[in-house]
Amino acid sequence: MIKWWKILSALLILYTLVWGLLNPVPRLDILNETIRNVYYHVPIWFAMLFQMGYSVVFAIKQLGKNDMRSDLISNQAAQVGLFLSIPGLLTGCMWAKFTWGTWWTFEDPKLNGVAIAVLIYLAYFILRSSIIDELKRARIAAVYNIFAFVMMFVFIMILPRLTDSLHPGNGGNPAFGKYDLDSNMRTVFYPAVIGWVLLSLWILDIKKRLATLHYQKHEE
Amino acid sequence: MQNGRLSHLIKKEFLLEFRQKSTFAGILVYIVATVFVSALSFKKIIHPTVWNALFWVIFMFIAVNVSSKSFHGETKGKGLFNYLYYNPRQFILGKIIYNMLLMAALSLLTFFFYSWFVGSMVQDMGMFLATLLFSSTAFSGVLSLMSAIASKANNNMSLMAILSFPVLMPLLLVSIKLSKHAIDGLAWSVSYNYLLILIMLNFVVIALATILFNYLWRE
Repeated sequence: MIKWWKILSALLILYTLVWGLLNPVPRLDILNETIRNVYYHVPIWFAMLFQMGYSVVFAIKQLGKNDMRSDLISNQAAQVGLFLSIPGLLTGCMWAKFTWGTWWTFEDPKLNGVAIAVLIYLAYFILRSSIIDELKRARIAAVYNIFAFVMMFVFIMILPRLTDSLHPGNGGNPAFGKYDLDSNMRTVFYPAVIGWVLLSLWILDIKKRLATLHYQKHEE
Repeated sequence: MQNGRLSHLIKKEFLLEFRQKSTFAGILVYIVATVFVSALSFKKIIHPTVWNALFWVIFMFIAVNVSSKSFHGETKGKGLFNYLYYNPRQFILGKIIYNMLLMAALSLLTFFFYSWFVGSMVQDMGMFLATLLFSSTAFSGVLSLMSAIASKANNNMSLMAILSFPVLMPLLLVSIKLSKHAIDGLAWSVSYNYLLILIMLNFVVIALATILFNYLWRE
C-alpha cells in the first residue's frame, strides 16, 4: 500500500518542475533565468541536511538504547544524505558556472563545507566497514556520526557567516529572502522544499525495508 | 579522590611516554626531519600565505601522527583494569589533558624549528602564540577521541587520518585565518571573532569527547 505523503511528494516535485520553469521570476543581473535553480538546488541541500540530521538523531537513539534497528536507520539515512549531495553538487556546479563563471571555487566556505561533509560521510562508511562485530560497529559508528555532524554543522553554519562567501546572505551578498525571493517564487520554493524532503524520506523508507530484509536473511 | 585519580592518570601518561626515551626522541626527529625537508624543497619562502599554509599542514600531520599512539598501549588486560578503576570521563580527560600539554609543547617546538630553518614571518607574536595554544588544545581534544575510535577499529594508521582530517578542517581553517592575521600584524580587534570561535570550539570538542567516550569504552 502506498502512503499518502509519497504521492504528495511526487505531485509537489512534478508541480515545481513544471511551474518552476513557467512562472515569472524577477529579472536580476548576472542571475537572469538561472534564479530558477533556487527551486532545485536549495531544496536538495535541505533534503540532504535533513537526512544527515535524521541519521544523527538515530545515532543518539542507538547510543541510548543500543538497538540494531536505530543503527540500521542511521546508516541508511547517512547513505541517502550522501547520495543527495551528488545532485546538490551538480546543480550547484552548473549554477556556479553560469553566474560566477567557474564550476568550482575554493574561495567559498559553503562549497568547502559541502566537500568536507562528503569526506566526513565517506570516512563514516569506511569506519563502518572496518569493524566486523555488529554491536561494536553500531556504537562506534554512532559516536563518530554525532561528533562529525557537530563539526560539520560548525563548518557549514557558523564559519560562512564570518568570512566572505559568494552565496547569497553571506559576506555582503543580499539574502534571497530579502530581495529576490518574491511572493511569486515562494509559491514554488516552499512546495519544492517539502517535496524533496518527502522524496528523501521515501528513498529512505525503501532502503530501510531493503536493509531489514537483508538483515533478516543474514540472521537465518 | 576524584582529583587524585585524574592527576594520577596524567602522571601515568607522562611516565609511560618518558620511560621510553625513544618515543619522544622519535617525535623530535620527526619534527626536525619534516621541517628540514620542507625547508630544502622550498628553499626560500617569500609569500606569507605559503609560509602559513605549510606550517599548519606540517603541524596537522605531526599532531595526527603523535596522537594516533595515545590508545596504542591500551591492551585488553589494561583496558579491563582501567574500566574497573577509573570512570570514563576521568580517563578521557586524562588523555586529553596529557595530549594538550604534549601538543602545546610540540607546536612550540615545530614553530621553533620552522622559524629556524624556513625563517619567521610573524609580526604579532602574542597573537600567533595564542592561536598555537588554543588550536593545539582543540586539536588534542578531537584527536584523542578519534584515536580512541581508531583503536577500537583495528587501529590502523590510515583510518586515523581518514577519520580526523575532515573533522579537523573547521579547526584548521580558523587557526590558519588567525595565524594569518598574526603574520600580517593586524589589530587584535579584527581577530577577536575568530579567537572566540576557536575557544568555543575547544569547549564543544572537549565536552563532546567526554560525553561520547562513555559509549566507546564499554566493550
